[in-house]
Amino acid sequence: MTGSLLKVDGLRIALASGQTTYNAAEDVSFEIGRGEAFGLVGESGCGKSITALAIMGLLKRPLSLGGGRIVLDGEEIQNASPAKMRALRGSRIGMIFQEPMTALNPLSPVGRQIAEMFVLHQRASWSEAMDRAEDALRQVHVPSPERRIKDFPHQLSGGMRQRVMIAIALACSPELLIADEPTTALDVTVQAEIIDLMAELCAAKGTAILMISHDLGLVANMCQRVAVMYAGRIVEAQPAEAIFAAPQHPYTQGLVNSLPRLGERSKRGQQRLREIAGVVPSIQAYPTGCRFNPRCPRASDVCLTTPPAITPLPADSLVRCHHHG
Amino acid sequence: MILVLARRLANVVPTLVAVIALVFLLFSVLPGSFISGMGEDGRTTIDPAVMERMRKEMGLDDPLPERFAKYIAHTAVGDLGKSFRTREPVTYLIGQRIWPSLKLMFAAMAFAIAVGVTLGFLAALRPGSLVDTVSMVAAISGLSLSQFWFGLMLMYLFALTLHWLPSFGYGDGGIRHLILPAIALGVGPMALLARTTRAAVLDVLNADFVRTARAKGMSERRVVEWHVLRNALVLVITIIGLQFGSLMGQAVVVEKLFAWPGVGSLLIDSVFQRDMPAVQGCILLIVLFFLAINTLVDIAYVAIDPRIRYGR
Amino acid sequence: MTLMPLKLVPKLRGGTSLWIGGGLVALAVFVAVAAPLIARTDPVMDANLMNAEIPPGWEFPFGTDAQGRDIYSRIVYGARISLTVGIGSQILNSLIGVSLGLTAGYWGGWWDDFVTGLTNLMLAIPSLIFALAIMAILGPGLTSLLAALGLTAWSYSCRIARAQVLSLKSQGYIQAARILGYGDLRIMFTQVLPNILGPLIVIATLGMGTAILSEAALSFLGLGIRPPFPSWGSMLSEARDQINTVPWLSIFPGVAIFLTVLGLNLLGDGLRDILDPQSTTRRS
Repeated sequence: MTGSLLKVDGLRIALASGQTTYNAAEDVSFEIGRGEAFGLVGESGCGKSITALAIMGLLKRPLSLGGGRIVLDGEEIQNASPAKMRALRGSRIGMIFQEPMTALNPLSPVGRQIAEMFVLHQRASWSEAMDRAEDALRQVHVPSPERRIKDFPHQLSGGMRQRVMIAIALACSPELLIADEPTTALDVTVQAEIIDLMAELCAAKGTAILMISHDLGLVANMCQRVAVMYAGRIVEAQPAEAIFAAPQHPYTQGLVNSLPRLGERSKRGQQRLREIAGVVPSIQAYPTGCRFNPRCPRASDVCLTTPPAITPLPADSLVRCHHHG
Repeated sequence: MILVLARRLANVVPTLVAVIALVFLLFSVLPGSFISGMGEDGRTTIDPAVMERMRKEMGLDDPLPERFAKYIAHTAVGDLGKSFRTREPVTYLIGQRIWPSLKLMFAAMAFAIAVGVTLGFLAALRPGSLVDTVSMVAAISGLSLSQFWFGLMLMYLFALTLHWLPSFGYGDGGIRHLILPAIALGVGPMALLARTTRAAVLDVLNADFVRTARAKGMSERRVVEWHVLRNALVLVITIIGLQFGSLMGQAVVVEKLFAWPGVGSLLIDSVFQRDMPAVQGCILLIVLFFLAINTLVDIAYVAIDPRIRYGR
Repeated sequence: MTLMPLKLVPKLRGGTSLWIGGGLVALAVFVAVAAPLIARTDPVMDANLMNAEIPPGWEFPFGTDAQGRDIYSRIVYGARISLTVGIGSQILNSLIGVSLGLTAGYWGGWWDDFVTGLTNLMLAIPSLIFALAIMAILGPGLTSLLAALGLTAWSYSCRIARAQVLSLKSQGYIQAARILGYGDLRIMFTQVLPNILGPLIVIATLGMGTAILSEAALSFLGLGIRPPFPSWGSMLSEARDQINTVPWLSIFPGVAIFLTVLGLNLLGDGLRDILDPQSTTRRS
């Protein structure tokens, strides 16, 4: 590993609801190296998005940081002052969100929204910043950038808007780019373009990527290592090829198996899509012991009572299961 | 953009015509009672010959469509008839009173915007705080009181007891006479603006693009200045436009209370004196003004919101 | 679990305003209904000039006015007028608004155009001015007041009703009901009406407050309830004329109006949080 850029250690995110406090995420630990592409996969509500927000210091009531460490380039930032976090955001860590239409200010031209980054972090003048904004649009392969900088978000297509978001996030060449479901709201054909763009730019700038998605296939394609989250906990982490070829956790196996593969199943005589039985538990009703036990084909007595600990595996992998493999 | 504007303006015309027709209809439905009201009232016993002459003069015996056509024709050239009471042209009577009314309304609105929008903003930026609770309590109270009663209380306190301000009248047109009526009139819109601004700003603060702005590393202050302000204002402007309508209604009462020589008090006096042309003229003017304001608000909307300008 | 941060509402919303508002309204209703029992004198007839202009005290809790009438009793009876106007006008408003809106959305076509045009027309005229004009024609009195206020403020309920019908239409409920053989009226009553009941109640509650304020204004101007009847608004008009001799008269009717309307506003707000969380009734 080429030196650790971001280390998340035992992160716990609390959710205050009335009188009780729940843990929306707990014991979350992973490490991202410089320039590495790291994927975080899970279903809605598993805690992956709020982990990203926690890293950025953007958690809002009723969510809050309950414990753990976040270390950026050797420096602990989980308790950093708001001013410190503001200095980090945009300049050292960039973030793009899922819905590009609502993520951009509808009343402001896109060029200006990009230019803001230069004015904010690099003390550029507005005219200078607008020029650099045009450049940034060119870098994300938006045609006719000199005209597009004056456009408003609603005049652009979804894919273009996401390119604008990428331009904004990468404007100041941050060390880490966090992408929270960046392609979920886009057409399938555009998805691939956006992913390729992100990979290209980050490789060129040496930016590490934390890619958050519910799409295991997409993440495995793009990232070097992948972690899987379920019900607020990380249940498995492996290099990308390994997680597809040999998933260790029953949940990951379920995910991999549920991916439709053309021709293969009918070859084996299967007609129906394989699914994981049951539904994701709500945070107020997490099962005791291993949270996956109601849906797990291998669940046994110990699974019902004791939450499994992390088991490190060879090749820089880990799994959280009593019956992994 | 011109097209959008033209379309908006075109919508105004049929409403205008409809309103004129409505005003006319309302007052021709029972104009007889207006005339006979003069006699029934007992205040003036009108010589039947005089009444006959007035009916002829007003053309009351002509068929309805003819009267309507005449009315439209006259109105179009600005002839609103002659006042029954003073025999002066109604346009002249109203003309004298437009400026005081405008002054009062704009002063009230300025007060309402200055205080209401500010309170709403402050409340939204610190939700759940003391500022927030106090502002919203003040707002809902402002919506619940009779504005003329509030004016009466103000008058009693500041004019009659403390003698700081004059208690009624227009005076020399200076500020001292304007203060109490303007505050009394502005209290209602202020309250509504405070609530609406708060809701609008909160909405915007929770919007996705504000989260993006924070993710860019912007300070909270910059976020508000660069992103929140404009977006919230769009919502607030509509309210301001709508408020002018209720403002004009309340202005009638406040003018009467403070003996303010505006169109509103003219309207009331004319109603009591059965001065039908004056009443009709006043109502027409008020409605026209309201339509004008709404059109202005529409235009402002188009200017501010690019989504409408480049209509997609 | 969503990631949306909860919009913080000040402590005034939600439960608190419901209770305070409900309490105030209940008080007003009680006073109005029990007027003959809790008033001390007849509000109109008991005018004893010997008792004129007595400040608030033991015998006359709110004092007397220039004609020697007990202000307290007049306030109590005034509640009857205010609430009658409030409730009556809102019933009328709702009836007109809902019938027009429902049918307009349901049948569409030229009827819809007509109703929409009419609604726009109504909204182009400030409602107090409109009511004023109608009162000018009809003359003062309770019935004219009910007519004037009831006929001029139905626009909001009309819009809500129409919007609801259109929304149900677009979701296919109405077509489904038709296929099942339901008649038009039955569809309107059983399918659409229940859906608008919530917002409608909110509008009616808030509208009552507005109606009471309008009645006060009109009576103050001399166009609504005329003296000697004890409307809070006409009492304030008397108060203005007598402000130097009977200053306490200006306080009590205003406070009565304030408390009643405040109660209705708080109640409406509280009800809105329960019945209409998507705030279709927020007039913005």
